[in-house]
Amino acid sequence: MSRNDEVAEEVSDCFERRSSEAKRKSPQNFPKPDDNLMTSMNSANNEHKTRTNGDNEDLEPGNLLHADHKPRLLLMGLKRSGKSSISNVVFRKMAPHETLFLETTTTIRKEAMHSFMDFQVWDLPGQIDYLDPDFDAESIFGGVGAMIWVLDAIDNYMEPVSRLTETILHLQHSYPDIKYSVFIHKVDSLTEDFRDDTMRDVRQRITDDLYDAGLENPPITYYGTSIYDHSIFEAFSKVMQGLVPQLPTFEALLNTVSANCRFEKAYLFDVYSKVYIASDTTPVDMKAYELCADLIDIIVDMSEVYGWDRGQDQQETDRSQAVAAPSAESFVSNIKGYHLYLKEINRSALRAQVRQGFRLTIYRNLSFIGISKYSDFEISKVLVDQNMQAFQDTLLKVFPRG
Amino acid sequence: MNSLKKPQKKKVLLMGKSGSGKSSMRSIIFSNYVAKDVRRLGATIDVEHSTVKFLGSLILNLWDCGGQDAFTETYLTSQKSQTFSDVGVLIYVFDVESRSFEGSNPRDLLTYTAVISALAEYSPSAHVFALVHKIDLVQNVFRDSVIQDRTLAIQEYSGVFSKKLKVYGTTIWDQSLYKAWGDIVKSLVPNLHIIDGYLHDLAEETSAEEIILFERATFLTVTNVTSELGERNPYSDRQERLSNVIKTFKHSLSKYTHSSTASHPFSEIAIKAPRFNLILARLTNNTYVLVILPPGDLEIELSRFNIMAAKDRFVELDIMGWAAGDTERLEGKLNGRIKDGR
Ligand SMILES: Nc1nc2c(ncn2[C@@H]2O[C@H](COP(=O)(O)OP(=O)(O)OP(=O)(O)O)[C@@H](O)[C@H]2O)c(=O)[nH]1
Ligand SMILES: Nc1nc2c(ncn2[C@@H]2O[C@H](COP(=O)(O)OP(=O)(O)OP(=O)(O)O)[C@@H](O)[C@H]2O)c(=O)[nH]1
Ligand SMILES: [Mg+2]
Ligand SMILES: [Mg+2]
Repeated sequence: MSRNDEVAEEVSDCFERRSSEAKRKSPQNFPKPDDNLMTSMNSANNEHKTRTNGDNEDLEPGNLLHADHKPRLLLMGLKRSGKSSISNVVFRKMAPHETLFLETTTTIRKEAMHSFMDFQVWDLPGQIDYLDPDFDAESIFGGVGAMIWVLDAIDNYMEPVSRLTETILHLQHSYPDIKYSVFIHKVDSLTEDFRDDTMRDVRQRITDDLYDAGLENPPITYYGTSIYDHSIFEAFSKVMQGLVPQLPTFEALLNTVSANCRFEKAYLFDVYSKVYIASDTTPVDMKAYELCADLIDIIVDMSEVYGWDRGQDQQETDRSQAVAAPSAESFVSNIKGYHLYLKEINRSALRAQVRQGFRLTIYRNLSFIGISKYSDFEISKVLVDQNMQAFQDTLLKVFPRG
Repeated sequence: MNSLKKPQKKKVLLMGKSGSGKSSMRSIIFSNYVAKDVRRLGATIDVEHSTVKFLGSLILNLWDCGGQDAFTETYLTSQKSQTFSDVGVLIYVFDVESRSFEGSNPRDLLTYTAVISALAEYSPSAHVFALVHKIDLVQNVFRDSVIQDRTLAIQEYSGVFSKKLKVYGTTIWDQSLYKAWGDIVKSLVPNLHIIDGYLHDLAEETSAEEIILFERATFLTVTNVTSELGERNPYSDRQERLSNVIKTFKHSLSKYTHSSTASHPFSEIAIKAPRFNLILARLTNNTYVLVILPPGDLEIELSRFNIMAAKDRFVELDIMGWAAGDTERLEGKLNGRIKDGR
């Protein structure tokens, strides 16, 4: 994973500079945030459900097990339904066609997503019976925020539907807070009509089964997904957002920035996974999301190629310019009348030593992306900068760093 | 130098065994296909002709020659002079998985040799590129040695072209294809030295670490200038990687804009990062330029200004059918610059 290492190198470097910069700047030098933004900042403070992240946490797999404070997301479903494919495509940048070679999973595979808060995503082997009374359910389901049930849409879905309802009924008393999502997966292989029918049918069956068992209005959301397009990222984004208690605050903040800077649409992205954590509350347009995801791809690639360490001299100049360039930003102008603006909100890196001597580097990388119709937003850059600064300050207050 | 008057036409022969991947690579480089689309292609019947304008100054006349035995037969007999005269470049594609490459009956190489002799007869000044294709099917650790072995074998069968010959390992699944085709096209672009000269000027005006000029439709590299610092960049394959990445971006943009492949998908991408500044901007009708600069706010503004200023100069290189006087004027400018001590 040379890409990870490289980007993380740059990121960590930047973080060091950011912290020294923070010391230098006195509070009165901060641009005065817009009034509206101030209001949202205050409300953000009140809501304030703090969770701190130890910046030097050891991320050996063993430790992940004990880190209960991180919301956990389970990927469950029958064998070959596509759980490992999803996990690898979203969190390990595997090309979709390479998933053909994945072997069946035999132990729980854990992925960690680190941005403004840490998530764990657990890929569970389809072959284990988790409802077996001898099974230590607490070790798996304790502390779970959300479960994604992956259902192969091209296979017979009777069995997975009944397995899912059994699972929900089994867990509902001990773990009533789990939110369920059903990914009706591999829809790329279905025609549009058939796909809608399948989704409707699956939903109806699950609802009926649970109703018969006495469970009304179960907390389940349904998505049609495929690893061959953006739908899997979009669905994952939605599930993640369900785990963010501060979502309304983010949305309010993004609304404010959009209004101030005349963005059509504004997003907060986890750059590495292309999952978006929040967007403003104007209706979501799938195309706009895809555009942002593709923008992230090209920026990450170009930054990898040119983000190499140029050595000591270069770093000296960097440091003196740290105030001018606190974190990366990017513009793309004139995609059929639209302009894109990306700004990294916060960069820092965690490093941990892994037993074999490999350096495992994990980083947080959260970005704002705005889509605008106005080509002159570079001219109004001061305004954008001010809003970004205020936005970032607020985020840091909502999520103080440990 | 009359060549400056008109865009130059160059005939490009694309040959090799049926199924070796000729039409696939052509569609990816020139027709905006992505790698997973090529499964749709059928075998080529006879020769598929296409004309591609590259920069203002070059017209590629692509002959994608269907590789089934019956067709190959006619290229070497009844259609020999028609096929092999006026060739600028021969691109010969070998399927790395072919079973008839070596051994007691190396049919691939024997056919290749027959093609080479025909070429030597009708177009002795042509360039020859051999692509050992579908290298993705070879495990990573063996790739270099496989390419090396094949290169030696191909060279042995290349007759009078064995010195000039260039061999590449390629696959449609990564940037290696852009590397090979970038070099192929560079061998054909007329007046590359003039473009180079302008690019050097721009590099100096902008104190850039690296400048790369891309052709607009293919995003193949036309030429580049790299400073001493830039030479230390550990990503030695970055040009073809960038071609690949930008082409992919361009492809995804066409989904939103529904625009034809010929138009400009965006005017500029800029990145301000802690370690570098990057501008990828439309330079002329036919080109995009990538400029890598030291970090800092001022740098990027200055360079944008300099790129704008340089546009006019490059536009002169861009226009179709230059007037006769232009040759002298362009050459004159270049000489002036050389006299200035560069
Ligand atoms: N067409 C299509 N195939 C997919 C998609 N996602 C996964 N697959 C294929 O489904 C097969 C099984 O995928 P896995 O991810 O290994 O399944 P799993 O759920 O992890 O299986 P277990 O580990 O045995 O529980 C692979 O061949 C994938 O290529 C998709 O969106 N569309
Ligand atoms: N694995 C792999 N397959 C490839 C590659 N390039 C092309 N192919 C496959 O090779 C097959 C044949 O490709 P074509 O481009 O039609 O072959 P061709 O050389 O034009 O064949 P003729 O027109 O009959 O001469 C297609 O099914 C492609 O999917 C590659 O780089 N790797
Ligand atoms: Mg699995
Ligand atoms: Mg063909």
